[in-house]
Amino acid sequence: MTDTHKTKAKHMLRRDVLRIGGGVVLSAPFVSRAWAQTTEINMLAWYGHGEPDIVGAFEEANNVKFVPKYYAGGDNMLALIAQSPPGTYDVILSDAEFVQQLNLAGYIEELDANDYPFDDMLHEDFTKFPGHWDGDTLFSMMVRCGHLGVSYNTTAMSAEEASSYNGFWKPELEGKVGHFDWHLPNLGMMSLLNGNGAGLWDLSDDQWAAVQEKTMSLRPQAGGFFDYGGTFNGLKNGEMLAMCGIGDWITGALERDGAPVASVIPAEGGIQWTESYCIGKGTDKADIVKSFIQYMLSPEGQVKSAQMLAYPGFAITKAGRALLQEVDPAEANRSHQIDGMENEPIALINEGRIHYRDIPQQQTLEDWNDFWSEYKNA
Amino acid sequence: MALRGHAPIQGGNGLSGRRRIDIYALTWRLPIILWQLLFFVGPVIFMIVISFYVVKNYRMTEAFEFVNWQRMLTRGFFWDSYWYTLFIASISATVAMCLAFPAAWTLAFRASEAQRRWAVFLLIIPFFTSYLVRTFSWYVILAESGVLNAVLGYIGLGPFRMLNSHFGTIVGYLTLTLPLAVILQTVTMANIDKTLVEAARNLGCKPLATIWRVVLPLSKTGFIVAALFCFILAFGDFVAPFYLGGSQEPTLPILILDTTKSGQQWPRAAVVAIMMMLTLFTVAFAAIALAYRKPKGAKT
Repeated sequence: MTDTHKTKAKHMLRRDVLRIGGGVVLSAPFVSRAWAQTTEINMLAWYGHGEPDIVGAFEEANNVKFVPKYYAGGDNMLALIAQSPPGTYDVILSDAEFVQQLNLAGYIEELDANDYPFDDMLHEDFTKFPGHWDGDTLFSMMVRCGHLGVSYNTTAMSAEEASSYNGFWKPELEGKVGHFDWHLPNLGMMSLLNGNGAGLWDLSDDQWAAVQEKTMSLRPQAGGFFDYGGTFNGLKNGEMLAMCGIGDWITGALERDGAPVASVIPAEGGIQWTESYCIGKGTDKADIVKSFIQYMLSPEGQVKSAQMLAYPGFAITKAGRALLQEVDPAEANRSHQIDGMENEPIALINEGRIHYRDIPQQQTLEDWNDFWSEYKNA
Repeated sequence: MALRGHAPIQGGNGLSGRRRIDIYALTWRLPIILWQLLFFVGPVIFMIVISFYVVKNYRMTEAFEFVNWQRMLTRGFFWDSYWYTLFIASISATVAMCLAFPAAWTLAFRASEAQRRWAVFLLIIPFFTSYLVRTFSWYVILAESGVLNAVLGYIGLGPFRMLNSHFGTIVGYLTLTLPLAVILQTVTMANIDKTLVEAARNLGCKPLATIWRVVLPLSKTGFIVAALFCFILAFGDFVAPFYLGGSQEPTLPILILDTTKSGQQWPRAAVVAIMMMLTLFTVAFAAIALAYRKPKGAKT
């Protein structure tokens, strides 16, 4: 009897194996076909742009999957592209000041301006952003921006103290001023403090020497040099009480979590970071990438960008801002994206207090970087 | 008559015997030789070559110019980073060796075989997790509002600044090197002939003198190799000085990153990397020479 059971069990087992195995074999073509239908889009971007909160809905609607490669800083982005064969990246998020370099090096495709909502931009500058056009040919589409100024812990610094870059020299902040480890925004801020205004990137030898001297005087206050994660942690755990080289793109994310931090545009002016999408040269997915860029410029995409978990940015289209105010008034209010509000970003641009981030005009990037290394070693 | 497939024991065709042995040995040596050629010698040659390239419009261009060498080696910040890296890696290796010794000595001379096995297993466990994760976990402990300062606060001390400092960097280095130092020291001392230690004690040698005059000389080779490993790991580490040291001051690995980040200066980064390798080779050869140097008067 036992033997009979064993035999039966063996038979059932064999049958089960055949059934399951057969099912797997028969379903394999469908599975592989379903996989084949999912298009992978290789993205080169700052951290966060390929995360589900930004691309999830687009992926679901279009059966695509973003494969992001993240960088920190435009130089870093150029280095990554230069090391990769053409066609490696389908979509590239670039800092605006580096678009021209991408174009000169032949890393990006032309865009058709008619595909994008230029008539809905919040500011005229956004329609003809420097470096994005070569004559009448569009090469990159601006999608978001943000402002850099004085970022600080509100328990250690008053709003009045933060209203000037001189606040970084507050004696109580000795060893507590952090730097975002990228020379461009830090030295740009020092240039603004030196009164270079709109010419902050176009420095004569004397002006450049003065910027270096001013920056060096900040060294005793400096408590460290950080990447995105380090900056975030430094401000969050109170190790750093003020931060040079950043703005609401980091403090905004912390503020939303209830940390006592804020960013303001000081009297000397602030710097705008601008992010733009390009289609990688040699990609065979240009159509779907174009759709993605259009999606990011749609009101829905603009709201996602403003709410981005990694770091928030301003909406740049009127429809995007309107939808943000409607669906997330708290974020619109926190980031001053309401017409007539104090420190409203477009008004700041119109008042001439915001300067677009650029690369040094009379020195090379290596000159600035060498000085930055000297500063870190001082 | 020689056995088939074996070298003749006596007489016979000695040449053919050696040839067979050579092929056998070469078969086993070949993978490592190929590996080293492909993944060490090849990249090193490539790195030396690109250190003479120049960068134009963010692109490396083939050239044979000394501009990168000249630019890097004449900059004060390079030498500041160089001496700082050398200094802090040496300090870290010394601290690791000193901290590891009591634990290793206990494991080698006081612990049972089973206890020693468990201890070595526990020392290996940290390597199961990412070094980066282990480094980040120090944030919770070392921050001004962290666990250590909270404990010190109870006895009226602090708060002390431990993150973004030299101390933080050394803590990070020790996270990487200390378990290794303990393991290497333990293995070294466990292989010492215990009767020599006992003889020294029986002849009236005090415990510290026994360590100094018997244990350390007998462990010299293993200890120097352990210290060398600690130094090499710390010298090339990017994570600890960046995340726990706050990049102040920047070490050579951070300088490499800074150099590549700006203007895609891979050739200049190659110069820094070559200088690091030359330094490591010099230190390693000096350490090995010291480790195997025979004492004066010793029979050869």
